[in-house]
Amino acid sequence: MIPNSKNKIVLTKRSKVVSNKTMTWIERLYLPAIFQGMAITLSHFFKKEVTIQYPEVQRPVSDIYRGLHVLKRDDQGRERCTACGLCALSCPAEAITMIAAERKEDEMHLYREEKYASLYEINMLRCIFCGNCETACPKEAIFLTERFVPSQTKRDKFIYGKDVLVEPKDAPIDISKRQTPEVLAFKKDKTQSHNK
Amino acid sequence: MDIQFVLYKLALAGIILLVSLVIAMYATLAERKVAGFFQDRLGPNRAGTFGLLQPVADGVKLFMKEEFMPATADKFLYLLGPCLTMLVALLSSAVIPWGKSINIGGVDYSLQVADINIGVLYVFAVVSIGVYGVMIGGWASNNKYALMGAVRAASQMISYELAMSMSIVTIVMTTGSLSLNEIVAQQPGIHWNVWTQPIGFLVFTICVFAECNRAPFDLPECETELIGGYHTEYSSMKLGFYLFSEYINMFIASAMISSLYFGGYNFPFINDLGLSQNVLTLLGTGIFFCKIGVFIFLFMWIRWTLPRFRYDQLMRFGWKTLLPLAIANVILTGFFHLLFKN
Amino acid sequence: MFSIYLFIFLSVVALFSALKVLLSKKPIHSVLYMTLTFFTLAGHYILLNAQFLAVVHVIVYAGAIMVLFLFTMMLLNLNLEGEFSKSTLMKIVAVIAGGLLFLVLIASLKSFDVATVGTPELTQIGLVKNLGNILYKDYLLPFELSSILFLSAMVGAVMLGKKD
Repeated sequence: MIPNSKNKIVLTKRSKVVSNKTMTWIERLYLPAIFQGMAITLSHFFKKEVTIQYPEVQRPVSDIYRGLHVLKRDDQGRERCTACGLCALSCPAEAITMIAAERKEDEMHLYREEKYASLYEINMLRCIFCGNCETACPKEAIFLTERFVPSQTKRDKFIYGKDVLVEPKDAPIDISKRQTPEVLAFKKDKTQSHNK
Repeated sequence: MDIQFVLYKLALAGIILLVSLVIAMYATLAERKVAGFFQDRLGPNRAGTFGLLQPVADGVKLFMKEEFMPATADKFLYLLGPCLTMLVALLSSAVIPWGKSINIGGVDYSLQVADINIGVLYVFAVVSIGVYGVMIGGWASNNKYALMGAVRAASQMISYELAMSMSIVTIVMTTGSLSLNEIVAQQPGIHWNVWTQPIGFLVFTICVFAECNRAPFDLPECETELIGGYHTEYSSMKLGFYLFSEYINMFIASAMISSLYFGGYNFPFINDLGLSQNVLTLLGTGIFFCKIGVFIFLFMWIRWTLPRFRYDQLMRFGWKTLLPLAIANVILTGFFHLLFKN
Repeated sequence: MFSIYLFIFLSVVALFSALKVLLSKKPIHSVLYMTLTFFTLAGHYILLNAQFLAVVHVIVYAGAIMVLFLFTMMLLNLNLEGEFSKSTLMKIVAVIAGGLLFLVLIASLKSFDVATVGTPELTQIGLVKNLGNILYKDYLLPFELSSILFLSAMVGAVMLGKKD
C-alpha cells in the first residue's frame, strides 16, 4: 500500500526527492552549486566554535554525574571498606576485584572493620559507571564522584588499585554533591530489588 | 657584472627563499586553522599563542621520526624524489616580480631575481618538470599505491598543463610580452587582466589547483583510495619535504595568479598617494603579499568545501571542458584584439 | 671565460649521461639519464644565447615527452628476466649493423667541413622577439600550417577520447 502523503512520517524538513532528471545547462556548469557550497562553508567560518578547551574549561556536568570511584575513610581516617564483595557481585561489568584480609592488632587505626580489602582493583576499561557498587555498599565505603578517568597509553594503567581509589587522609574527597535527596531516597527505596 | 650586483642578487634570492619557506611553514598552520574554523573547531592553539609555534613543533616531530626506506626501493631515486620536488617548487620564485625597484644611493634595485624575457615560458618549464619528483619518488618506493599515485600525478599534470598554457597564451596575446615584469607593469591601478580575461582566469585557477595536487584534484595522494599515494613509503623529513613543497607550490601558484590576473604589486590610486618611490615599492610588495594571502585562503576554502573528483571525471574535465574552453578563449581574445585594438 | 667552464661542465655531464642512457641496466634509469641529457642540451642553448629554444626544449622534451616515456616504462614493468634472448647470430648481425652505422657517421663527419660559427654572443636570433619576427614574417605559411596541424592533432586527441 502506498502511504498517503498526509500520513507520511517526516524525519527532516530538509529532505529532498532524488530524481534522475537531466540537468539544465546552468546546473551542468556546476559553478552555481560550487559557489553555494563555498558560501555554506564560509558561513561556518564565522560561526561560534563548539570546542571546549578541556583541562582549563570543563563542560558542566549534572549533579548526579557518575565518574571515578572513591573509597572513603571514616572520620578517624580508617578505611571503611570491609571487603564484603557486594560491590563486585553487583557489578554488571565485573570490573571489581578484591582480596580480603584480617585486620591485625596493630592495624586498628587503619581499618574500621575486622576484615578489610588488602587488594581492591577496578578495571576502568570494563567499568560502565552505572553506580550499582555505590548502591550495593552496606558500609558506605565506595562512592562515585564527578571526577573523570584520564586517558592512558597503556591498558594496564586503567586497572586502578587502592593507591588511586582510597581517598588521601589529608585531602578527603567531597561526595556530598552527588548525594542529592533524590539519590538518597532512591538508595532507601525498598521497592528496588537491591535494597530488599 | 660587478661584485655588488652579484651580491645583491644573491641576497635577494636568499630573502625570497627564506620568505617562501616561512610563508609555506605558516601556510601549514593556516591550513589547519582554516580547516578548524570551517568545521566550527578552533584548530591547533596549544603550541604558542594561537598555535604560532605549531609549524616548529611539526618540523621537530618530522625530524624525530624514524628514517625508513623500503628494502626493495631504488635507493638513489628514493632520495632524489623529495629533493627534486622541493627544488622545483622553489625554482619558479625566481621570475616573479615581488615589487617595483628600490632606490638606494641612486641605484635602482629591482625586486625580481631574474627579469628574463621568457618569464612565462620559464614558469611553464618549471611546472612541467615538477612532476618528476612525484614520479621518481612514487616509482622508487616499489609500492603499488605509490606507483598508482605517481602514474596519476603524471597523467593529471600533463593533462592540465595544456589548458593552463592555453589560458596564459591569452595573457601573452593581450600584453605582447612573455616577461612577467612587463605583464604586471601593464596592469596599473585597477586595470587588472581579470576584467578582460575572466574565462582565462577561471581556467588558469582550476589548472593551478590541479598542478598543485590540491583538493579537489588531490588524486595522486588521495588518502581514501591510495593510502598516501606517491608518498606512501616516505617517512620523517623526506615526507616533510613532499608535504612542505605542496605549500610552497601553493604560495608560488597564488603569486602567479595575482601577478598574471590581479595586477601583482599594483593597487588603485597608486599615484595619488604622493609617496616616495621606496615607500610605494614596499607598499606594493605588501599589497602583493595580501593578494597572495587571499589566494592561499581560496586554495584552503576550496579544499574544505569540494569533494574529490573521480579519476575519469578528472580526465574528462581536463580534456573535454577546460582545454576546449581555453582554446575558445584564445580564439575569442584574438578576435576581440583584432577588432578593438586597431 | 666563465662560459667556457660552463660549456666544459655541461658537455661532460651531457656525454656522461648520454653514455649512461645506453649502459644503465634499468630502463627507468636510462629514461632519467636521457632527461638529464636534455637538460644539459638546454644549458648549451642558453650558452648560445637561444633562451627561447632552451625553454621550449625543456618544456617539450623534458616536461612532456620524457614524462610520457617514464609513464610507459613504469607501467611496462620491464625486468631483466623479461629480455628477449640474444642468439650468437643476432649478436653478430647487431655488431655488423651498428659498425656500419658508425662507419657512415664517421665518413659523413670526415667529409663535413666544420664551419666556424661567429661568436655566439653576437647572434640574437634565439631571443623571443627576433624568433617571433622571423617566424611571423619570413616563414609565416609553414608556421601557420604546422600550427593547424598541431591544433588538429589536439582536437583529434579530444575526439578520440569521446565515446562512440
